[in-house]
Parts: sequence; structure tokens; C-alpha cells
Amino acid sequence: MGWVNAIIQGILTGGLYALFACGLSLMFGVMRVVNLAHGDLATVAGYIGVGVIAATRIPFLWSVPIVVVVMAAVGYVLQRTLIQAALRRGELTTLIVTFGLSMVIENGLLQFFSANSRGLGVNQAIVGASFSLGPQVQVAWLDVVIFALAVVVLLGLQYYLSSTKYGRLIRAVADDREAAQLAGADYRHVFGVAAAIAFATVALAGTAYGMTTTIDPTTGTDTILLFAFAAVVIGGLGSLWGTLLGGVVLGVAQQVGAQLNISYELLAGYAVFLVVLVVRPQGLTARRSQS
Amino acid sequence: MSIPNGSSLLAIHDLTVHHGQLKALDGVSLSVAEGEVYAIIGANGAGKTTLLRTIAGLHSATSGAIVFDHKHISGKRAEKRARAGIVMVPEGRRLFPSLTLEENLQVGASYAREGPWTIERVYETFGFMKDRRHQKAAQLSGGEQQQVAIGRALVANPRLLLLDELSLGLAPVVVRRIYETLPRILESGITVLLVEQDVSQARRVATRLHCLLEGRTTLEGQPGDFTPEQVEAAYFGASESGSSPGGGAL
Repeated sequence: MGWVNAIIQGILTGGLYALFACGLSLMFGVMRVVNLAHGDLATVAGYIGVGVIAATRIPFLWSVPIVVVVMAAVGYVLQRTLIQAALRRGELTTLIVTFGLSMVIENGLLQFFSANSRGLGVNQAIVGASFSLGPQVQVAWLDVVIFALAVVVLLGLQYYLSSTKYGRLIRAVADDREAAQLAGADYRHVFGVAAAIAFATVALAGTAYGMTTTIDPTTGTDTILLFAFAAVVIGGLGSLWGTLLGGVVLGVAQQVGAQLNISYELLAGYAVFLVVLVVRPQGLTARRSQS
Repeated sequence: MSIPNGSSLLAIHDLTVHHGQLKALDGVSLSVAEGEVYAIIGANGAGKTTLLRTIAGLHSATSGAIVFDHKHISGKRAEKRARAGIVMVPEGRRLFPSLTLEENLQVGASYAREGPWTIERVYETFGFMKDRRHQKAAQLSGGEQQQVAIGRALVANPRLLLLDELSLGLAPVVVRRIYETLPRILESGITVLLVEQDVSQARRVATRLHCLLEGRTTLEGQPGDFTPEQVEAAYFGASESGSSPGGGAL
């Protein structure tokens, strides 16, 4: 039963990882930007949540839409200024600039919030609530809710990109930004909107992470960014459902590794990541590579 | 600087464009009247594509003026020019490969002006499209892609349509079929400025010819005004006395 538990917990954790990963995947898919500050921005979203709740004393759930909107606005502005300026100088520059942004955020958080870890202060009755699926399988409601949230976010993104007018424009710009300009599309604005959406998912990811455990200034790079990368690579770059599959595979690998020996948890995740990279570098959900 | 001809839809005055150090266009002027088919001819590297891309706003000019519908547009971005009615069919088609045929047309219509062209009308003009509208653009043949690229430009209802090397890499029979749609485009009131390497094709369709050689104008006027030998000399830069008598390339 221990193994069944490990797999179920792994699948549920995969939802959180998919939430980490989908913003990273979207930014890369549309703008070819590998956002190394991705994890730190999720941490920032968590801290904004902490700040909003402390300042206004509104209930936790009410703070979530505020954090999402604030992060979306941050995403749009950051894309139109810093990232766009970096893009103009070449793709490698975006790596350096977002790496620098990551350092600035991490040290800024250390300066203002100290190295102490914090939770979002969610009611323990909610975090701790669980139901049992058998003698050894206890499932936390929170994990189920986060997994469902990940699926809803991915479904929403899928619908937006495939079936709305602006989503179509985003895909067109991702394919060929010059040809999109010739059709009258301002690709800088389209990039900004795509970044706003990506950052909104980052906000949800940071909030979800802050609910399940605590965050500190280094969480972003140490945990969220690495897991997001692993999920994206395992699932396949640029594929939305691939991120869910990648997240689930990563989560299951970690839990099964931990079942073998608690110190193998991270090792097992990265082992699977490396195996996929060697055996199937295009990811599990293979799409034809775009030129 | 003189104000370009008042009756023209597009007027270019003394345009110079650089690619890095290289001077791609050197003091080119031209004027396109409404309803015309204005053809730019010239050999590889003559600056034809650069000229079209500069008009569309994808390259910035070093100096000179571009006037469209009596307004200076030199400082405007490509997307602003497209919305104002200058729409280009770029060299190499440049469809959105992961989008379907229909989605490509829908993107073209995103910022369309008012006008006669709709996706439905494009389907009527290009017979093959309707049945295959849900196919990915990447799966279409070169000739089909070229027609979708034209359709994508038409649904924006341009006033000035820029066509860059329609015949590039296509079989002659396909090229002919594509050029057969030109009268229907003109009927709808669209002015056409096209770039063509195939001089005989250009002479057949154009109301005005403009030949470029190494970024400079070597000939400009109505096709009937010139003998094939004169056009050949302008095209290859051969000296008056040394031109070959056969005119084989034409």
C-alpha cells in the first residue's frame, strides 16, 4: 500500500509542478524567453499575498485575485520594458537579464523579509483536512484542490489560445512575429499580454506553494524554478498538457524515490529528468520541432 | 526636398537604406498612382526586396521620404502601416505554419479596414481553399501557401498591396494561375506594387516598370516605352554598345 500511496501523492504533487511549469512554458513558447527569474517571481507572489493579508486583514481567498492581478500587471510591464529591451539584443541577453532579475529579487526579499520562512497563514483546518482512500492512503484535500486548479488553469489556457481571437494572435506572433506585424499586430503588446497571462499563473503557483508549505527568499530558485524546468523538459517544450504530464512524472518519481529511501526523493526526480533528456530530448508529448 | 506628386497613392522620394555598412538602396524615387500595377524589376541583390520591406516598415530608411495617401509614414511602425492600408505578401510566403489555413486568414483579418474582401470572398477566388481550411499551413504546397499568403493580405482590405517575388520557387504553371487572380484584385480597387525577377512576367502585367541595379534606378516608365534591349541593359548594367543582341534573358 505504501507504493500506491507514493504514486497517488506523486500525481497530486504533479499538479503543483504543472502550475509551476506552465508559465515558464508559455513564455518560452511565445517569446523564446527562458525566464530564470520565474521561481523568484512565484515567491514574490507569495510575499505579496502575505503582505496583502497583513495590511488589509482580508480573508486568504480574497487575497488570491488581488495577487493574480498585481502579478499580471507586473508581467506586462516587465515584458514591455526589461525583457523587450533584452530581446532586442538577442536571446542570450534575456538569459543574463532574467538571471540578474532573479538575483535582485532574491536579495531584495532577504533584505526586506529576512531569511525566515513564512506561510500564508491559511487556516490549519483547511491545510490539514484530508480523507482516506484505504488503510495507508491519506489524501489531503488541499493537494486535490491544487491539482484541480492546475487542470482548470491548463484547460483555460488551452481554450484561450486555441479558440479566442487574441489567443490566435498570440500563436501567430509565436510563429512569425514579422508576418504578424504585416497583418497589423503590435507584437510587443501581444508579448506583454502573453507575459501577463504567464505571470498570472506564476501568482497562482506561488500562492499554492505558500499554502502547502512555507516560502523563504531562496525557495524560488532552489525549488520552484528547478521543478518547473524539469516538468517542462520531461513533458515537452511548448506543450501545455506536456507540462501536466511532466509534472506528474516528476512528482511520482520523487515520491517513489522517497519510498525507497527518504534521501532519494530529489535524486529520483532528477534521474528521470536526465533519462528523458537522453532518451527522448523532445519530451514525452512529442511535437514536431518548429524551425 | 520637393513635395512628391499630389495625385499618387504612394510616393517615395530620394530613399536611401543601409544593411549595416552596405548601401542597399541609393536615392530611389518613385510614384505609384491609384489603380496601377507598378513592377520593380532587377537582378538578385538589386535592392528590390529591401525597397518593399522599407515601404512596409520592416526596415528603417537612412534618409528620404515615404508618403502614403499624402501623409509621411517614414517614422511609423510596420503594424501601423498595415492598419493604414499598406499590406505586404512577403518573400517566401511567411504563413503561420502551426495555424490552420483558415486561422491564417483570420489573423490577416484581425485589423482589417472596411472593404469588399472577406474570408468567404477569398474562398470564392481561390477554389481549393474552402475544403482544406482546417489543414495546417505547413502541410500546404508552395503554390497553395502563396495563394493563402495573398488571401491573408487581401482580407485586410489593403489600399496598396505589396507583392514580393510571387513566382519564387514555383512551377511556371502555378505562377500563371496565381497571376490570373490579379485582375480580380485590381477590380476591387486595390493598387499593386510588385517585385519580380522574371522580367517577361513583369512586362505582361505591369502598367509601369521600374528597374533597380545595385540599389539605383536604371529605368522607369511604361513597359511599352522600352525595347527588350533597353530593359536588358538596365537589368544587367551592360554598357550601351556591349549589350548582347539576342536579349535571351528576356
